[in-house]
Amino acid sequence: MSGGHSTYSPKTGIGRWIDARMPLPRLVHDSFVSYPVPRNLNYAYTFGGILSIMLVAQILTGVVLAMHYANDTTLAFQSVEKIMRDVNSGWLLRYMHSNGASFFFIAVYIHIMRGLYYGSYKAPRELLWILGCIIYLLMMATGFMGYVLPWGQMSFWGATVITGFFTAIPLVGEWVQQLLLGGFAVDNPTLNRFFALHYLLPFMIAGVVVLHVWALHVTGQTNPTGIEVKSKTDTVAFTPYATIKDGFAMVVFLAVFAYFIFYIPNFLGHPDNYIQADSLKTPAHIVPEWYYLPFYAILRAITFNIGPIDSKLGGVLAMFGSIAVLFVVPWLDTSKVRSAVYRPWYKLFFWLFVINAIFLGWLGSRPAEGAYVIMSQLATLYYFAFFLVIMPVLGLIETPRRLPNSITEAVLEKNKSGSAHPAGATAAPETRG
Amino acid sequence: MKKILNGLAVIGFLLVGSAGVAVAAEEANHAAEPTHFPIHKPKEMDWTFAGPFGTFDKGQLQRGLKIYKEVCSACHSMNLVAFRTLEDLGYSEAQVKAFAAEYEVQDGPNGDGEMFTRKALPGDHFPSPFPNSAAAAAANGGAAPPDFSLIAKARGVERGFPTFVFDIFTMYASNGPDYIHALLTGYDEQPPAGMEIAEGTHYNPFFVGGKSLAMAKPLSDGQVTYEDGSPETVEQYSRDVSAFLMWAAEPHLEARKQTGFAVMIFLVLFAGLVYATKRKVWANVAH
Ligand code: HEC
Ligand code: HEM
Repeated sequence: MSGGHSTYSPKTGIGRWIDARMPLPRLVHDSFVSYPVPRNLNYAYTFGGILSIMLVAQILTGVVLAMHYANDTTLAFQSVEKIMRDVNSGWLLRYMHSNGASFFFIAVYIHIMRGLYYGSYKAPRELLWILGCIIYLLMMATGFMGYVLPWGQMSFWGATVITGFFTAIPLVGEWVQQLLLGGFAVDNPTLNRFFALHYLLPFMIAGVVVLHVWALHVTGQTNPTGIEVKSKTDTVAFTPYATIKDGFAMVVFLAVFAYFIFYIPNFLGHPDNYIQADSLKTPAHIVPEWYYLPFYAILRAITFNIGPIDSKLGGVLAMFGSIAVLFVVPWLDTSKVRSAVYRPWYKLFFWLFVINAIFLGWLGSRPAEGAYVIMSQLATLYYFAFFLVIMPVLGLIETPRRLPNSITEAVLEKNKSGSAHPAGATAAPETRG
Repeated sequence: MKKILNGLAVIGFLLVGSAGVAVAAEEANHAAEPTHFPIHKPKEMDWTFAGPFGTFDKGQLQRGLKIYKEVCSACHSMNLVAFRTLEDLGYSEAQVKAFAAEYEVQDGPNGDGEMFTRKALPGDHFPSPFPNSAAAAAANGGAAPPDFSLIAKARGVERGFPTFVFDIFTMYASNGPDYIHALLTGYDEQPPAGMEIAEGTHYNPFFVGGKSLAMAKPLSDGQVTYEDGSPETVEQYSRDVSAFLMWAAEPHLEARKQTGFAVMIFLVLFAGLVYATKRKVWANVAH
């Protein structure tokens, strides 16, 4: 642990007895009570905690849903409707779980953007970042397979389209696709294996989250200044300071989540998924869930052959590449300065990247025709240019703003120029808490 | 450095902007022979079940059930809905029992191994008018009438940007009933001159699947008698059956909104308390 040696001292006899045999309470105390966190963390840093509760919420609702769900193509759709109509509070469970997936992704996108903005991926946090990317990949797989389970039209056709990508891979593609499907087309074996995996993967995510948090507690958190913790005055104890702030953010996040569950539970879904899967009726537009749309747009942007690579394989490579590139971000960014707060140009390109990503998402929901294709191609170009050109080049040519010497200095400076209020109520947007 | 970057940014925006103009131009070209459906977007109606405190109008649901029973059920099944749930519409247990008894369902096998038909019980679901979907399609010019259990959630015309963003704040969730109402009242418009309508289909500019559909106009004024004095018009019939179908698709809508209100109040108050605590904890720490 980065916080030096442990400050845990059990007060009761039982406490000392346990501590001498298996110091789990000590581990918890050191990780979530006395653990030092930078004093200047803003609300962008609360999404890790939010993600943790979302994972727990998904597992809890999911396990109960699984008690009522029938994993068979002839029964799946009806069993989900039975949950909605006849199971006590079944509608609540199901809406929590389906909207929960969306809110899990909203949180992870903000969490990742926080990392890109404050340079969280830079040394010594490369492994922490990569573990995060693995979590994200696992989340995508889990979400995709979960969406197949209700066996609606979009479940079926989404699965057909997405597993179809794999056939583009030379030599092994067909084999991989058949392995995923358990046959030649999406059918009962596909549903069976997707359910088994959908139940399994969240626990694998939980395992990787443990590694992620372990790595975090070795390096410590970054902070909006990007300067490492240097002295004790730079930090505060996790409890009560971070706990209460994370707690507040969680309640606000849950309020927004609840608004969707109770008032617009189908807003983020597709109406076609309330029609039972029919292998003979292709929907007019097959669209994945909203959180995959940017990648779907990238996939469809490649409409041309590149040398020996045909457009289909090109699209698949671009789509996987758009996620793979995240893994190497720590080595693409050449800047010596960590945080975007002190990098005026990076800040501009970062926000353009965010806008571009949302734009790609919108394009993913449009039919792939006419000018949408050209727009997708331009947006895809910027997506990759941001990582492969702007990140390495900008780090070399950009002149950063002056950095404060320490977190404490930055905080005090800000409070001086702000108001007399000690809590820094009128702080700069980057550091407002 | 600055100049290069500025230049690049400008080029980027110009490219995206011009592509946008191209899309708009392309869409304008399609006006003559439509390729995007529906031709008209449905009108937004006032529904009693909309909004944070929405509740179903039981009288309306009862009228809607009557329309379904007397008109639509000749072609459309509703096989996820059990008779017992009709008590939500304000009927007594005895009334539901009597209502169910008007239907026949297949049961069996009996002791001799024979299937038999019997009067439906409250625990049974609405029986289908056709033995299977192939028979349903054969009887309706090749297009099987869709099941009604979820139709109010299984249809929804795309709202488009930026409306869909506003919908979050206005809690708009009536895409389904708005669509059904628009479809049922949308048969009277004549197709533009020169538009070809396939044999056996009926022009309806509100249909999402094309310019015409296999269902003929199912409702006409005065077709169904209302005992409560409500107007016996296509407009009223359409509203009532759409509301009824919303109930069929989302029977726990009222409970959902009521629970939601309690949850929201709790979360907002709790957030206030946690925030006050947070201010107190951090009061003496500059951050
Ligand atoms: C004579 C048989 C018949 C009757 C009676 C009938 N329908 Fe239909 N309906 C159909 C057929 C056939 C289709 C399929 C049309 C198609 O897909 O082309 C259909 C489709 C529909 C659709 C779905 C349109 C879409 O978006 O796919 C709705 C909604 C609908 N009917 C509502 C009603 C209502 C409400 C009533 C009662 C007032 C009713 N129908 C009565 C035959 C009927
Ligand atoms: C199930 C999903 C995830 C959970 C539960 C989770 C949990 C957490 C927690 C609790 C923290 C500490 C609080 C914070 O700083 O926000 C954290 C930090 C971090 N996470 Fe995640 N995370 C998840 C996914 C991801 C993903 C997908 C990425 C990136 C691709 C990522 C990258 C990081 C990084 C770099 C940090 C260190 C933050 C810093 O100090 O700057 N995480 N995570």
